[in-house]
Amino acid sequence: MIDVTAPPGTPPAKARNRVLKQNRRHVPVLATLALLIIMYAVGVANYRGFSDTQVVLNIFVDNAFLLVVAAGMTFVILTGGIDLSVGAVVALTTTVAATLLHAGWSAAVVLPLVLLMGTVLGLGMGAVIHFFQVEPFIATLAGMFLARGIALLINRNSIPITDGFWTAMAEERIRFGPGVFISTSVVISLVVVLIGAYVLAYTRFGRTVYAIGGSADSALLMGLPVGRTRIAVYTLSGFCSALGGVLYSFYMSSGYSLNAQGMELDAIAAVVIGGVLLTGGSGYLFGTVLGVLVLGLIQTIITFQGTLSSWWTRIVVGVLLFAFIVLQRAVTRRSR
Amino acid sequence: MGSRPPVLEMTGIRKVFPGVTALDDVDFRLLPGEVHALMGENGAGKSTLIKVLTGVYGTDGGEIRLGDTSVLFGSPLQAQQAGISTVYQEVNLCTNLSVAENIFIGREPRSLGRIRWAEMRRRAVELLARLDLTLDVSAPLSTYSLAIQQMVAIARAIDIDAKVLILDEPTSSLDASEVAQLFAVMRRLKDAGVAILFVSHFLDQVYEVADRMTVLRNGRLIGEYRTADLPQMQLVARMIGKDLEALEELESQPRSSARELERGPLIAKAVGLGRAGGIAPFDMEIHAGEVVGLAGLLGSGRTEMARLFFGADRADTGHLEIDGKPLVLRSPRTAMAHGIGFSSENRRTEGVVAELSVRENIILALQAARGWTRPIARRRQDELVDKYVKALNIRPADPDMPVRNLSGGNQQKVLLARWLITEPRLLIIDEPTRGIDVGAKAEIQRIVAELADGGTAVLFVSAELDEVLRLSHKIEVLRDRRLVEELDNTDDVDADRVMRTIAGGVAS
Ligand SMILES: Nc1ncnc2c1ncn2[C@@H]1O[C@H](COP(=O)(O)OP(=O)(O)OP(=O)(O)O)[C@@H](O)[C@H]1O
Ligand SMILES: [Mg+2]
Repeated sequence: MIDVTAPPGTPPAKARNRVLKQNRRHVPVLATLALLIIMYAVGVANYRGFSDTQVVLNIFVDNAFLLVVAAGMTFVILTGGIDLSVGAVVALTTTVAATLLHAGWSAAVVLPLVLLMGTVLGLGMGAVIHFFQVEPFIATLAGMFLARGIALLINRNSIPITDGFWTAMAEERIRFGPGVFISTSVVISLVVVLIGAYVLAYTRFGRTVYAIGGSADSALLMGLPVGRTRIAVYTLSGFCSALGGVLYSFYMSSGYSLNAQGMELDAIAAVVIGGVLLTGGSGYLFGTVLGVLVLGLIQTIITFQGTLSSWWTRIVVGVLLFAFIVLQRAVTRRSR
Repeated sequence: MGSRPPVLEMTGIRKVFPGVTALDDVDFRLLPGEVHALMGENGAGKSTLIKVLTGVYGTDGGEIRLGDTSVLFGSPLQAQQAGISTVYQEVNLCTNLSVAENIFIGREPRSLGRIRWAEMRRRAVELLARLDLTLDVSAPLSTYSLAIQQMVAIARAIDIDAKVLILDEPTSSLDASEVAQLFAVMRRLKDAGVAILFVSHFLDQVYEVADRMTVLRNGRLIGEYRTADLPQMQLVARMIGKDLEALEELESQPRSSARELERGPLIAKAVGLGRAGGIAPFDMEIHAGEVVGLAGLLGSGRTEMARLFFGADRADTGHLEIDGKPLVLRSPRTAMAHGIGFSSENRRTEGVVAELSVRENIILALQAARGWTRPIARRRQDELVDKYVKALNIRPADPDMPVRNLSGGNQQKVLLARWLITEPRLLIIDEPTRGIDVGAKAEIQRIVAELADGGTAVLFVSAELDEVLRLSHKIEVLRDRRLVEELDNTDDVDADRVMRTIAGGVAS
């Protein structure tokens, strides 16, 4: 073979091209941000009182539980998986919590107990997915039926919660001024998001999540703990669902086995609209926050409009989802 | 040599896949401070031996000893922790992550569990400098070519502080200068006492670096030799288990230019065709019956140029004329409809469909060209598939085997067969002989020459200059994403001459 010393380095044109490609990864998130701003502007222009700070804060208050659930879902989808059980786990959590509190158990016992229950459920699904190589779709669908079934078995009716701690958490308001406030749930959800974002960006576990989403086979050959991380991701999603359930029961002051029907779809929609690739490996938790805000803003606009049926929310979400999936395809196809 | 105890010893290794015995009673020893080549034809069991060793597969018999403990790894992670660092065949990295992460993931510098990104990037730059590479380490790996990705995989492996380094066909997509860099690093590691297992189908490379070699054939051990004791011809004879005819045939292949070129009608013509960041605008003509070779270093724009002819990338300047008529290639479909075929260099992501069978993979392009509403009769499929499985010696010769179970070299043959059966008028082949053993390589070169004789126009891209010289009538030399010269492959054109043009400066 002939040896020639090639001049190393990248010509500037190539480097510029690379920068473009790199920024392309942010396109979906930026698109969501733009959409959010436009929607807000439309709302402000058309409805009186829309510009109140509290309108925005209420979106957080009304969707704190969804944000927590979607945060867990983000981890799962980043690995290229899916968790359909989240809504059912939320319902189960509210039902179990309400039942136990009603039976006179102390909140200090009930709270850790329900969180543990959701975590264990997630762990179980993760283990089934990993050890028996079951598709996440199937395993979590089974988990969804299981959780919803148990909830229905416990009680078919709504159970009010009168526990002191629960009502305190529900009524506590953090005020920034007259008529400007958030609930404790909002604080909790934002803490979850911050921790989650840190974990994704700065820990080995977080980076392994991205690697698995990129290529699970390669990750395995690179010596990454693929099995352990996969299980951990579903466990985390189980925990987030349970925590979301707790926030939901603060919000409703009751537990009900038919709560949160279809919440898994809202969570998935929020994640996807937030720019996380459904095939995994790309996206940010910050995007998910934007996704939840988009969903919340649609609801708010429809409420302000007053004459539209609430089903319009669904239709708009459907259209947006579709648009975002097409956008993602375009971006990933071009950046190859 | 016998005095030093081996760092690694495998005895009586057996591995059976459904229908195939990939390894049968194989012994293998690796001494500290040696480069040991594992040799064998496509499908001989080299990669399988490596995967059994590193815990990707379990064994069906035999023992593995590392130092003086008997080991059995349950996963690549465990092998890595025990001091075995591996670059598997094909690039196994996560292209969605940055270059730096691909090198360090799993071993990132951390404090209190927090990844120190700045330090990681700095170390990645240093490490790549050892391989003479300057990359933007925070760019996603997907923005780099396959060859660079291969170098990154190597960088990852050599950074792991290992007793044993395994490299399964690391050089198949590299150019001479990268190979030289890699060998320099290998020699340094060897001097430091690391045992290196090396797989390559390039015999010259093997003789350049290896101290000893082990030969496998059909999953069986043929023998272990010192490189100095085994002349190249004998090595080949042991690998293919036949006499030296195959190799002699390869050596005596006439250069295409020596053959009378009956230049047919103009098939394709590029007029100022180009793509920003890919290749500067160029003019080129390809006639029927002509083999046009692209020569240039890694990243000189070879692949980018080839892709424009197929519409795999969209050109943003100039245009293409097919049969004298301007044609806008909006997608590969248009190209296929005009009789253009393209076998990609990246067989894993743009090539074979791993889950489909050999038959389905081979039929794919032909079926797509006919349209899905007109299925090809099963009898006809069988005939076609059989013909090419035989011609290319695809092993195992079982058309119903999923392609993912084939060895790397055999997958490459399947990909090539797919385009051959479409009988294109212009066939673009990017690195068709990557990872292919000596016998099959000669076979593929023969097929290309035959195609051209039959009137097919061929655009041939290969990192191996010898091959380009042997086959092409005309050589297009590229440098820095620019077509710098077109050489008619006459007798006075040789590797030196092309190399000088590639290197620039002193082109005469
Ligand atoms: N996962 C699998 N399932 C079934 N058969 C397999 C599998 N992996 C490999 N084989 C078979 O085992 C044999 C050895 O394959 P292997 O990949 O080890 O060959 P190789 O020597 O590395 O060849 P190459 O030079 O082409 O890379 C082949 O016949 C192949 O078809
Ligand atoms: Mg192999």
